[in-house]
Amino acid sequence: MDFIITFLNGLSLGGVYALIALGYTMVYGIAKMLNFAHGDIIMVGGYVLFVFVGLTGEPILAIILAAFLCMLIGISMEKAAYKPLRGASPLAVLITAIGVSYFLQSLAQIIFGAAPKFVVIADLGTITLGSLVIPVYSIVTLVVSILIMIGLSLFIKFTKTGRAMIAVSEDKAAAQIMGINVNNIITVTFLIGSFLAAIASVFYLLKAPNISPTFGSKPGIKAFTAAVIGGIGSIPGAMLGGFLLGIVEVFSNSVPQIAPYTDAIEFLILIIILLVRPTGILGKKRREKV
Amino acid sequence: MALLEVKDISVYYGVIQALKGISFEVEEGEIVALIGANGAGKTTTMQAIMGLIHPKTGSIYYNGERIDNIPTHKIVKMGMSEVPEGRHVFQELTVYENLMMGAYTVKNKEKIKEDVQEIFKLFPRLEERRNQIAGTLSGGEQQMLAISRALMSHPKLLLLDEPSMGLSPLLVNEVFDIVKHIHQEGTTILIVEQNAEKALQIADKAYVLETGNIILKGTGKELRDNDDVKKAYLGG
Repeated sequence: MDFIITFLNGLSLGGVYALIALGYTMVYGIAKMLNFAHGDIIMVGGYVLFVFVGLTGEPILAIILAAFLCMLIGISMEKAAYKPLRGASPLAVLITAIGVSYFLQSLAQIIFGAAPKFVVIADLGTITLGSLVIPVYSIVTLVVSILIMIGLSLFIKFTKTGRAMIAVSEDKAAAQIMGINVNNIITVTFLIGSFLAAIASVFYLLKAPNISPTFGSKPGIKAFTAAVIGGIGSIPGAMLGGFLLGIVEVFSNSVPQIAPYTDAIEFLILIIILLVRPTGILGKKRREKV
Repeated sequence: MALLEVKDISVYYGVIQALKGISFEVEEGEIVALIGANGAGKTTTMQAIMGLIHPKTGSIYYNGERIDNIPTHKIVKMGMSEVPEGRHVFQELTVYENLMMGAYTVKNKEKIKEDVQEIFKLFPRLEERRNQIAGTLSGGEQQMLAISRALMSHPKLLLLDEPSMGLSPLLVNEVFDIVKHIHQEGTTILIVEQNAEKALQIADKAYVLETGNIILKGTGKELRDNDDVKKAYLGG
C-alpha cells in the first residue's frame, strides 16, 4: 500500500519537474541557450504568492498574479539580458544567465530578507480510499501538470505559433526565410516557460510552505538534470526525464538507509545516461542530408 | 528601376572578407545567374540579400526600398523567397506541414488550400508523400519540397541557391525545367549555381563571381561563348 502512495507522490513530483524541465528544454531548443535563471522564476512566483496570499487571502487571485508577474519578469530578463547577446559566444550567454540568477536571488534577499517565509496557499488535506491515505496536493499536482502538458503539446502541434516554434528550434535560418520573426518566437517561449515555472511554485508551496531567496535553486538544478536526461531540446524528453527523476527521488527518499544519497543517485543516473546516450533518452542527433 | 539592386556590398566573416564590393541588378521578369566556384561568395551574396547577414558597406534595394538593414522576416513579406543551399526542409515536419511553414506569411486560408493543390499538380510525388516526415524523403524530393515551400508565399523574386547540388543528372534537368516553368508563370529568378552550363542556358543575364569579386558579366549566351568561362567553368 505504501508503494502506491510513494508511486503517486513520485509521479506528482515528476510532474512538477517536468513542468520546470519544459522551460529549460524549450528555451534551449529555440534560443539555443541554457537559461540558468529559470529556477529563480519559481522563487519569484513563490514570493508573489507569499505577498498576495497574505494580502488578499485569495489563493486563486494570488496564483493568477504569480503567473502574470513571472511571465513579465521572464520576458524582461530575456529582453534586457539575453537579447543583446544574440549571436554572442555561448559562454557569454551562459555566464549572463548565471548573473541573472544571482541578481534575482539577491533582489529577493534585499526585499524579503534571507530568513524563510511561511506561506500557506491552501491546506488540501488528505482523502482516504480504503486503507490508502492519499495527500490531495499530490493528486492535484499530478492532474494539473498532466493537463498543462497536454495543452502545451496541442498548442505546439496545432497552432501556427507552435509550429513556428518547432521550425525555429530545428533550423533558425530556414525559419527566418519562411517569414517567421524569431525574436517573437523566443519571447513566446520565455512566456510559456515562465508560466510553467509559476505553476511549479504553487505546487512546491502546497507541499512545503516555506520560501527563501534560494528556493528555486534545487528544483531548478533537478529539473535541468531531468531535461538533460530526457534529451535537452526535446519536449517529450523533458516530460519523460521529469517523471523519471521524480519517481527515483521519492522512492529513494522513502528508504531511510539510502535517503541521504538521493541527490547522488539522481546525478549518477544522469552520468550513466550521458555515457550511454550522450544526447539523452529522446534527444536526437541531427543528420544533414546533402 | 531594377527589381533588385545590389550596390557595392562587402561582407566580412571576422577578419576574412567574403565579398569585396560587388554590384549587380535583377530586372523584373529576368532569370539572372551567379556562377562561380566553391568559396567565391555566392551563398554569402544570397544570405546578404535575404538579410541573414548584413553587409558592412554598400546597399541593397528591392523595389526601390533599401533592405540591407531590415530583418529577414520583413524581407519575406515584401515578396522575396529563397530556396537555401542544402534545401533546409524542416526534417521533423511532414511534407504538408513544410508547405504550411512556407505559407507562414499568407493570411487567406482558402488561398493556401488552392496553392497546395497547385503545388501537388506540379509535384505529384509530394502529394503521394503528403504526410511523410520530410527527413525521410530522398534528396531530389527534398529539393522539390524546398522549391514548393518557397513558392507558397507567392514570391515576386525567387532566390535559388545551388538547386542542383547533389542531384543525379536526370533530376538536375527536372529541377531546371521547373525553374523555367516558375519563370514562365511570372516569377523573377536569381539563381546561384556551380553547374554553370545549366545555369547559363536558362539565364537572361549572368555574373561570374571569383573570390568575392564579380569578374565578368554578360548575357547567358555571351558567357557560354567566352573562352575564360569555358575553360574555368564549362570543362574546356
